[in-house]
Amino acid sequence: MTLLELQRKMAAAVTRPLTTGYEMQEETEDGCFMSIEAESFIKPSARATSFERLEIYNQQYWFRAMSALREDFPGLASIVGEERFEALSIAYLTANPSSSYTLRDLGSLFEQWLRANPSWAGPNPALALDVVRLEWAYIEAFDSRQEPALTLSDLSVLSAESQLALQPHIRLLELQYPVDDFVIAVHRAQANSSVASNAITQRKRPRTTKKMAGLQPRKVYLAVHRFDFSVYYKHLEPEAFLLLEALARGASLGVALEEAFRDSVMADVDRGKSVREWFATTAELGWFCQPAAHKNIEH
Amino acid sequence: MPANRFNGFTDYGVGIGLRIPHYQHIFSEKPTVDWFEIISENYIVDGGRPMQVLDQILDRYKVVQHGVSMYLGSSQGLNREHLKRVKTLARRTNTPWLSDHLCWGSVDGTYSHDLLPMPYTFEAARITAENIRHAQDFIELPVVVENVSSYAEFHDSQMTEWEFLNEVVEAADCGILLDVNNIYVSSQNHDFDPFEYLNSVPAERVAQIHIAGHSRYEKYILDTHDHAVIDPVWQLYARAIQRCGPTATLLEWDDKIPSFAEVHAEALKANRFLDQKAAAENLWLSQETPGQVAEQPR
Repeated sequence: MTLLELQRKMAAAVTRPLTTGYEMQEETEDGCFMSIEAESFIKPSARATSFERLEIYNQQYWFRAMSALREDFPGLASIVGEERFEALSIAYLTANPSSSYTLRDLGSLFEQWLRANPSWAGPNPALALDVVRLEWAYIEAFDSRQEPALTLSDLSVLSAESQLALQPHIRLLELQYPVDDFVIAVHRAQANSSVASNAITQRKRPRTTKKMAGLQPRKVYLAVHRFDFSVYYKHLEPEAFLLLEALARGASLGVALEEAFRDSVMADVDRGKSVREWFATTAELGWFCQPAAHKNIEH
Repeated sequence: MPANRFNGFTDYGVGIGLRIPHYQHIFSEKPTVDWFEIISENYIVDGGRPMQVLDQILDRYKVVQHGVSMYLGSSQGLNREHLKRVKTLARRTNTPWLSDHLCWGSVDGTYSHDLLPMPYTFEAARITAENIRHAQDFIELPVVVENVSSYAEFHDSQMTEWEFLNEVVEAADCGILLDVNNIYVSSQNHDFDPFEYLNSVPAERVAQIHIAGHSRYEKYILDTHDHAVIDPVWQLYARAIQRCGPTATLLEWDDKIPSFAEVHAEALKANRFLDQKAAAENLWLSQETPGQVAEQPR
């Protein structure tokens, strides 16, 4: 067997889902016995069979990947429940095995996958999707790049034709539910961890999760951003959200303002004052930078 | 021998792995530590707190990068994007050498995020050595390879693990991160004499040593990094120091992590062996006749 053939054979075995008892499956989907498959390339030891030795790696793969997802999406686990979260993690990872050298990217397709597979999202898919989007935005805001910020004096010389970019770490989210307080509470209850050397990952029983009590739908507009190395969720007025969204798309300031107030019920007399306040606040938070190809908008 | 071309001719002493639960203690107490080992992948990000923490550490401490995702034994070559990012980080950390594992972990673009064992074949040795040479050429730093703990052996293997290690490092002309705990774990799982392994390692290529704790189960030992170092592993360490000379040593403690003080104290136990060896070398050197070429005792 060539090295490539052996690596493909082992990868197929290692990534095959475990049983509900967290053991290696005894049969493959096409009816082959895993004990025979394991014996075909792995030596038994004096104490462990080929099956048992391969099972260690099979368990490791799933424990590590599921533990990483659980750590990144504790809010979703709270919404759908721990058991369902485990099952949906297996379904997600089976459909989307890691294609990145870093576990940080493991949940990058979670929203897309959950949208296409709403039956996994529990009784309220819209709520679950909002939580997943916010939790992924947190990951991106946490460690994305920060460009030199434009100051208030930089902003004071802008014209209608000016273009501005948002910091690469900012994510704009239009959510159907006000899930931010809940997600903050869940994340605070969770300890940080990081990738450790070549240590084995042991299956950990998740801590009791917070319950979301009767959250009613209410549209919220959020900017997930980083300030002084911490991630914050800032509520925005709809017009401010639309303005930032248009700027992030590359619209000129004049066009962005027009879009922001096109359907606004805000009184004309208040608009100028509001815009000045938004720019003062966002400049203070360092949200604007020189235009570049950043995409920060999430619908 | 401790300062050699594989560790950038440094003499780093005893370090510990930089871990999140210790950040607060390190920044508030500023303890004296010879050096910290960072997991490269934890800092291969574009910005934010990880980089802020790293920069604070770099202001005060020496740092060495240890990777977990290079997958030097991959049959399909290395991930160039990953290499680029490791190199960028290395410019920031000024790491004198880079380490990663003698293993594979990805195939056909899918990543296992595990350190999967190699079949000890001549083909695998050739491919792995090519990958290591490629990494060294690209990153422009010494790349040293760590022996992993393993739980499986392959029918295809044509040699022992230590013969494979020798074959690879000679062909790649690279250094070794000798993990004596991993030798112990694998020796228990695969029924070989760990001292036979240790005595076969080319001592002149050892750039760094890892020590750690592990967990024993009914049928095997797992490399859990969640305990203190046990005596049999200290005995292997003593032998490694006897053969290699006082070598940069690092304690890994990654789960059930106790206080910084406890982890550091455990690491510093290595000094017993390092000091003994250094004293013996000094005595030996002082007995040399002037003009005689001093060679390291083996």
